[in-house]
Amino acid sequence: MTGATVFLHGAGQVSMAILLAGMFLLLWRLSKGPNAADRVVAMDLLSVLVVTFLVILSIHTRETSYLDVAIAYACIAFLGTIALARFIQKGTRNKQSRPDLRQKSDPLYENLLDKRRSHD
Amino acid sequence: MIEYLTGILMVLGSLFCLVAALGVIRLPDTLTRMHAVTKAGTLGAGLVVLAHAFFHQQTGIFLRAGFIIVLLLFTAPVAAHLIARASYRSGVPLSGRTRVDELKKTALK
Repeated sequence: MTGATVFLHGAGQVSMAILLAGMFLLLWRLSKGPNAADRVVAMDLLSVLVVTFLVILSIHTRETSYLDVAIAYACIAFLGTIALARFIQKGTRNKQSRPDLRQKSDPLYENLLDKRRSHD
Repeated sequence: MIEYLTGILMVLGSLFCLVAALGVIRLPDTLTRMHAVTKAGTLGAGLVVLAHAFFHQQTGIFLRAGFIIVLLLFTAPVAAHLIARASYRSGVPLSGRTRVDELKKTALK
């Protein structure tokens, strides 16, 4: 083993340890986070850290197929974040928490509801 | 030589990721936390992917690494925007040190 290989091996282990420390910090925020939006933020960064970890693993083991796993994971994590964000927004549409920001209901939808009610 | 470059970029990138995680722990409210995630997280991941591209010098790997970087650069702002919008609309309190809340007047009614 040459010096360069030893250096790369050590750098890989150090950076994986750093990433794991970051993941544990994020898990703390994920379990504690005062509200749902904070949890979504923590999940978002957690997925970025997992992608980074996979890429480092790909360098460390010299196995390039981990890069494809990272691509797939990045795509799916993005979809997951978007779905969660939409979910938070939908869940609070009719809440009284902030009446000045509440959305007005759609007149077309109200019309439909009225028709249904009269139909019954 | 390329090993040293790869190792340094890798450690630097993961340090940026750690800084992003620390930002999520330490910053006062959702919007500032999200700001840490978007900038430091993307930069850290981008550096590590760049290190990977330098290490395996093949065309296919270059293309895939470039794709990951572009994917991160495009998805991070979109996701951050959606989370910010959702959190503001659901009435998440801003930090006590906030001076200006411009959305309060224009209001997403």
